[in-house]
This record gives sequence, structure tokens and C-alpha cells, in this order.
Amino acid sequence: MSSYYTATDHFVLLPALLLGLFACATLLFDFWVFPESKRRKHLAWFVLLGEVFAAVAYFRQQVFLNQYGGELQAFGGSLVIDQFALYFHWIFVIATAVTIVMSYRYFEVRDEHHGEYYGLVMLAQTGMYFLASGNELVVLYTGLETMALAFYVLVGMLKRDQRSNEAALKYFLLGGLSSGLLVYGFSLLYGMAGSTKLREIAAAVADRGQGDTILFLAVATVLAGLLFKVAAAPFHIWAPDTYEGAPTVVTAYLAVASKAASLALLLRILLGPLGLAREVWEPILAGAALLSMTVGNFAAVTQTNTKRLLAYSSINHAGYILLGVVAGNQTGIQGVLVYMLVYVFMTLGAFLVLTVLCRETTTGDDINDLHGLMRRSPAHAIWMLIFLLSLAGIPPTAGFIGKYFIFLSLIETGHYYLAAAAAIYVAVAIYYYFRIVKSMFVEKEETEMPPLSVSLGTRAALLATGVMTLGIGIYPEPLVRFAQQTLVR
Amino acid sequence: MNEYLLSTILFTPLIGVLVLLFIPGRMKTAIRWWANISAVAGFLVSLPLLLNFNKALDGYQFVERVDWIPSLGVQYLIGVDGISLLMVMLTTVMGMLAIFASWDSINEKVKEYYAMFLLQQVGMIGVFISLDFMLFYVFWELVLVPMYFIIGVWGGPRKLYAAIKFFLYTLAGGVLMLLGIITLYLQHLAQTGVATFEIAQLMNTQMPMWMEQLVFWSFFVGFAIKVPMFPFHTWLPDAHTEAPTAGSVILAAVLLKMGTYGFIRFSLPLLPNASADRMIVNVLAVLSIIGIIYGALVSLMQQDWKKLVAYSSVSHLGFCTLGIFALNHQGIAGSVIQQINHGISTGMLFLIVGVIYERRHTREIKEYGGLAHVMPNYAIVFAFAMLSSAGLPLLNGFIGEFTILQAAFQANMAWGAFAVTGVVFGAAYLLWLYQRTMLGEVTNEKNKGLKDLNWREWAVFVPLMGWAIAIGVYPKPYFDILEKPVAAIVERVNGQTAPVSAAIEPVTTKSEAR
Repeated sequence: MSSYYTATDHFVLLPALLLGLFACATLLFDFWVFPESKRRKHLAWFVLLGEVFAAVAYFRQQVFLNQYGGELQAFGGSLVIDQFALYFHWIFVIATAVTIVMSYRYFEVRDEHHGEYYGLVMLAQTGMYFLASGNELVVLYTGLETMALAFYVLVGMLKRDQRSNEAALKYFLLGGLSSGLLVYGFSLLYGMAGSTKLREIAAAVADRGQGDTILFLAVATVLAGLLFKVAAAPFHIWAPDTYEGAPTVVTAYLAVASKAASLALLLRILLGPLGLAREVWEPILAGAALLSMTVGNFAAVTQTNTKRLLAYSSINHAGYILLGVVAGNQTGIQGVLVYMLVYVFMTLGAFLVLTVLCRETTTGDDINDLHGLMRRSPAHAIWMLIFLLSLAGIPPTAGFIGKYFIFLSLIETGHYYLAAAAAIYVAVAIYYYFRIVKSMFVEKEETEMPPLSVSLGTRAALLATGVMTLGIGIYPEPLVRFAQQTLVR
Repeated sequence: MNEYLLSTILFTPLIGVLVLLFIPGRMKTAIRWWANISAVAGFLVSLPLLLNFNKALDGYQFVERVDWIPSLGVQYLIGVDGISLLMVMLTTVMGMLAIFASWDSINEKVKEYYAMFLLQQVGMIGVFISLDFMLFYVFWELVLVPMYFIIGVWGGPRKLYAAIKFFLYTLAGGVLMLLGIITLYLQHLAQTGVATFEIAQLMNTQMPMWMEQLVFWSFFVGFAIKVPMFPFHTWLPDAHTEAPTAGSVILAAVLLKMGTYGFIRFSLPLLPNASADRMIVNVLAVLSIIGIIYGALVSLMQQDWKKLVAYSSVSHLGFCTLGIFALNHQGIAGSVIQQINHGISTGMLFLIVGVIYERRHTREIKEYGGLAHVMPNYAIVFAFAMLSSAGLPLLNGFIGEFTILQAAFQANMAWGAFAVTGVVFGAAYLLWLYQRTMLGEVTNEKNKGLKDLNWREWAVFVPLMGWAIAIGVYPKPYFDILEKPVAAIVERVNGQTAPVSAAIEPVTTKSEAR
């Protein structure tokens, strides 16, 4: 405590520093080095370089933790790097890298290629760093807002598109409200504990005991804020509009990275300081999970816009993930982690196929735009089929492994009814996922469709996400081990 | 060779698919040739299984065991006993014939069609040889996707509705079954501390009765939808009717058998107490009998030739499940044989509908009449298939139905009495169908110039007819093959206290070497 900035502090903070610096440098480069828009795609490579640097920093932390175990704390315990945080950091790195790679072609086609896009994506990831690694309310909240602010702008990136503007505004207003709720809950927690440190809040919660009104109020408001961020019902209203209006690549990033980061926050708070208040939040969370699956599934059935459909499906997935938290045992949390990583690959992959359909003349997000994809580009159709099967949870794809863990943990903890509901909803989900399949494989295109907008980046990203989705499904052992090791303290 | 025989059988069609992907889509003849070669190869590699199978041995043979997902307790564990042996042979033979029968009828998206068909072969064979419950589940679900496409892309006018209905029903059943599998796994884990999905080990699980029943019902939903048992049968007429001919053949001949096989392989041995429970047995027997009679009565009413055959499946599969839940040796053995018989005769009936549909593009019964004058050979084959399906002595259907009825009478006089009426109705709808379509004068002008069977169609029918006669005249080899495994199951269900793990333990050098 003698020095303000120790070597440990530096070691822990380094990835965030790198990400933040690269984000700022990107913004500057946009002005100085690549003013003409044709060469903006060089920025994508620059940002990827930043990801590589961050990945190296994370890798060193991973090696350290694997060797010595335990956790690394920095800045008097406000930041922490443990296996759990690192697991999410890897998710962020993967999600951001894939998003960047698939982005430049998309924005070129839409003629909205702005350099600040890349800076903002990295800034959002910087926020995510603090969400997964923060160990103190103020840090967590700052991280959340950093991420959210970046996303508000990203969603409105298509300046000339009304829907994009509308999406950004809706997301901003509702996001502000939810942040307000969350910070109100935080203030109550602070009031109870007299400290913003999670560890001390945990002690205060233990003192409070069950049936305490303030505790209930704090849990309820914190949960409301968190459920909003992971897009779980009944706080999901923003998701369909925002997902539909946002540029497809941003939708993908929002659906994957923002959800993962918020989930990290949710797990950190619910299993940490509020772990002893399980009786309070478990029924709320179970209800939210059930509602999410119901709303997500049944609303998705009638959608004709694929982005909207995937938005509802992501609400449904939030429900499954929350069920793992409800089960709450070792298997459940392991399931949440596995599910989240699997979700990253299959969701990114599905959105990736949608971005490929986007041309100057069409946004490509109507279900009819997929007509005859099997004839136009068999590779894309088959990968999409694999992603959809995975989203539905059919073996041997990765999605099945995620669902399997959720079922396993629910039955293990005696939640038979929740397990049965979750199982039945798999069959409901297949119905709307297979509307997309039908569109790709059975329907014929009525008019001449523009060629797909494929780039080296989208090809690489498609291959990576596809191979992971299929690979994890066929041989999940390494991932299962990785998630297991994450939970061992 | 024997060491990897089952894997060879399992993956031969998959290799076929992989090669197929590299043949350009416009080379249709090459694709057809390659698909047929793969299917024939799939059949040929399964022959050594039959020849080297030792029916005097207890337990499983040709066992292969590799750890697949150790941290979940899942193994790649495959092997066959007499029951699965027959099912595998049924799959490879019917798959080969169905692929051959598609030569002329599929002209669009040929490559995708054959790829799906071969992929489905992999799934079906996998289902019948898995000795690990999770592996079984993976193959079980793997079958759904190709079948969805076969119905949904190459099917009749209401193909999409039929395809998604098929998918949703079976998937819902499958996922609920998964919950049962997990419950069983967790119980076993709690009792023994061993995390495994291996069937032989799961048999040692002791569960309270209510839980065993719960698991039984969860399996039941999965298997009963697949069979399909009344009242879960509603997907079947749609799927069968809309599927292309070869799809219907495989659906009837093999896919439905996954359900009955599931009952025999999993429900009975894993949950012997629940399976022998009076209430459960009664419910299942009554549902089977309702299926037998209801299926037959609805068949009588059909205007659509193919739908009639589809509903007759409900009736015939009712016999199979009734045999299983008679819970005696004859019942189960008869059920397995009847499953093969149903594969042969209903497969033939669907092929017969396919032959005429290709010529006339309608399945309305009233469009036909007096076809025997125009297509005499066709009429002979149809008569043969009809009699085999109706259970004429010296043909295959008789053996199965007779054994099952005998078992049903043994178990409960009333069951037998009701089930017998199904045989009568069965003869009625088939004979009436034959009369309306084949006999009398040619009433419809369009039917006058129809061509009789060509050599390709003969080539499909002849092996099936031969097989039907072989079973009908000399069924002993089949009963011999089934002797040991069925005895083990019956002993397991009726003498519930007897430790069975010794009898079920894989008996090969491979497993000892491990």
C-alpha cells in the first residue's frame, strides 16, 4: 500500500491500458493517417494488432494464475484477476476480434465506413474489462457505463438510417433508466455496508439476514438493472428494436460481448456479496428465466426479420443462461460459462451470415433475403444450418453441450419443472430456427438476388466460428476442462 | 478386422457423403452411381457382422470402447447383441434398396438428396449399436435433420408442414428423454460415485419406485413418439404421406424401429421395476391395442393410397409394442421379428405406391381400378406384399403376428382377444385396397397405357420378396439369434433381484485389453 502504482497493479491493469490506448490511438489515426475512407480498413488491422497485444497480456496473466493459483488484486482490491475474470476476458477478445474482422466489408457496403467505429468497439471492450475484473461497486459501475456509452454510439452508427437512429435512442433512454436502477441498488448496498468493496458488502449482507426490506430492495433493483443488460424478460423490451436497427455487426457484438460482460457482472455480484441472499434472488431469477424463454420463444415464432428473430432468440438464451445461475451449484456455473462461450461462437456465426447478405441495395435482414441461399452459396447455407442447429441445441453441435449442462445442473438441484420447461422450449425454438432453414434450403428466390458481399475477413471469421461451433460439439472435452478449471479457486 | 468392424459399418456411409461432396452437382449420373456404390458398400461391410456373430454368447460382441468426453462420463462405446444385429442388417439392407429405388424418382438437388440419405444411415446405424446412452442420444438426434430435409425438400405438396411436424414431435420427445437420461445418470453417480452413461453400468442403479417411474415416462415420451404409439401418432400420416418414396420406406422400415428398439434396449433393462409395474404395463398394452385397432379402422377409411399404408404402420407397430409389454420371451422376440417384417412388407407397400405415383402422379384410390389388366407383374408383387403384410402363413408377417398374439394371450386373455381383431381388420383394409385398385375393369382412361415394372423396380422388389419368404418359411435363425439377449431382458424384468451386470458385461478381447 506504500506505493500508488505497484508492479502488480501494472500487471493486472495492463490489458485495459493497452485496449484504452489503442482505442484512443485509433481515433487519432482516423484523422491523421487515414483520412480518406478507402483506406479505413487498415484501421481494422491496427485494432486487431491491439487485440493481439491485449491477448498477450491476458496470456501472461493466465500463465501466472495457472502456475500460482489464487487471484491477483490491484489498487487495494478494486481490481481482481482470477480465472473467472480471465475466462470472460478471453470471450471479449474473441468476440471483439471476430466483430472487427467482419466489420469493414459491412460498413464499406453501407457506405458508412467511419474510423471511430473501431475506436468505439475497443473502448467498449475496455469497459468490459472493468466489468469482469472490477471488485468494487464504483469500478464496476464505471466499467458498465464506459461499455454502454460506446454501445449507444455504435448502435446509431448508420447515421443516415432512421432505424439505426431510433434504435440508438431507445437503447440510450432505456439503458439510462436501467443504469439508474442499478446504481440505486448499489447505493443501498453501500448504505448497508458503508463500503463499496464487494467483500465488505458480503459481510454486511450476512449480518442483515433474511426478510430484510432494505436487502430485498437492493437485490431487486440491482437485479432489474442486470437483467436489462443481459436482455432477459421482463426487461427485454429494448432488445428487438435495438437489434433490428443497429448495424448487423454491432448487433452481433451487442448480443455477444455486451451480454457476456453483463453476465460477468451478474455472476460477480450474485455469487459474491449477494451469495448469502440466495433465497431472495433465486425465485426472482427463476421467474425471469422462465419468462425470458417464454417471451423469447413465442415472440420469435412470428418474426419475419431475421435480426429481430435472433434478438428474441437471444432473449431465450438469456433465459437458459440464467437457469444455470438458478441451479447455482458447481455444474450450473460451469454450465453458464460453457454456454456463454458456445453462445459467442454460434451467435457471431449466425449474424456473420446475415452481414454477408447485406448489399448496397438491400439490408439483407428480411427472412426472404435468405431464399435460395443453398443454391447461391452452399457453404454459407450449410454453416448457417450448423449455427442454427447449435442455437437450438441439437447434437453434435456446441449448443447442445451448453444446454446439456443447464439440464444437468437443474436436475442435480431438483428443479425438475424448470428442466422440463427448458426442454420443451427446445422444440419450440426449433420451429423458428427452421423457418430460416426452410428459407435457405427449400424456398426459391423470386427475383434476382445481388451477389453475396464476401471478404477475406468474413471468410476467416465464418471458418473460425463454424469450426468452433462444430468442434466443441464433437469434442467438448477441452472446453469443459477449461470451464472446470475456471471455477477452482 | 473384427476389431473395428462396427466403426467401419458406421462410418462407411459417412465416407460416402464426404466423397459425394466433391462431385460437382451437375454430374447427376456420377452422383447416383457413387451413392449406390456407397450404399452397397455399406451393406457389404455389414455382412461380416452377420457371419462372425456368435449367437451362443451372452452380452455384446464386436465391442469398441474409446473415451470421448471423460469429464462428462461419455464414451464412444459400441457393440451388438442379437437384437441390434438384426436392426443393423435391416438398416443396411433397406438403406441400400431405398437409395437404389431413388434412381429415377429424384431429379432435383440430387447430390443433396443422397448426402442426406447416407448421413441418415450413419445416424440410424449409430442408434442401434450405441452402448453409451449419451452416444445413443447424439445419434438419435442426428437422424432428425436429414429426415427433415428429405421430407421437406423432396416431398409432396404439404411437405413443409409434414417435415416440421415430424421434427418438432420427435425433438420434443427426445429432449424429454434426455432429462430422463440425466436423472438416471445422476442417480447412478450419487450411488456409485462413477460418472458414466454406459448402459451396462447404469443397470446397477437402484432408484425409488416413483423416480424410476418418472424416468420411465420420460423415456416413454421419447420412444412412444418415435414408434409412434397412440396418441402420439399424428405426425406419422403426414410425414409418411408427404415424404418421397424412399423416404417413406426408410421412415417406416427403420426410423420407427428406433422407438421400439429404445423400449427393448433401454426402458426394460434399465428400469425393470417400473417396466413390470402393473399400472404401466396396462397403460402401455392398452395404448398398443388402441393403436392396433384404431390404426386399422382409420386405414379402412382412407381415400389416399399412401395414407392408408401410413396408418397401417400405426396398427402394425401396435403389435410390436404389445409384444414388448407382454414382458415374456415370445413377446419380445416376436416383436423384434415383427419389426423386421414390418420393415419388409410396409417398405414394399410404400415402394408399390411409389411405382404407381411415378406413373400417374396421384395417390387417390378412386383414380385407379383394374390395374391388374394393365400391369400384371405389378399386381403380383402387390399381392405378395399385401399378403405378407396381412400375415398369411408361410410369409413373414404371420410369424411375427402369431408369436406376438401367442405372447399376448399368455400375458392376458383380453389383450390377445382385442389384438386379434386387428389382424382381421388388417386383412380387410389391405384386401379392399387391392380390390379397389387392382381388380375389376379399367375404369380410368389414363390408366390404360401404364408401363409395367421395369428391371430397376424388379431389382428392388425381388430381394425383399425373397427375404419375406425366407422368414416365413424358416424363422428359426432369427429366433436363435434373439434367444440370448431376449432371455437376459426377460430375466432382468421378471426376476428383478438377479444381478445382471455379469450377463451384460461386454464379452470380447477388446474390452479386456483395455
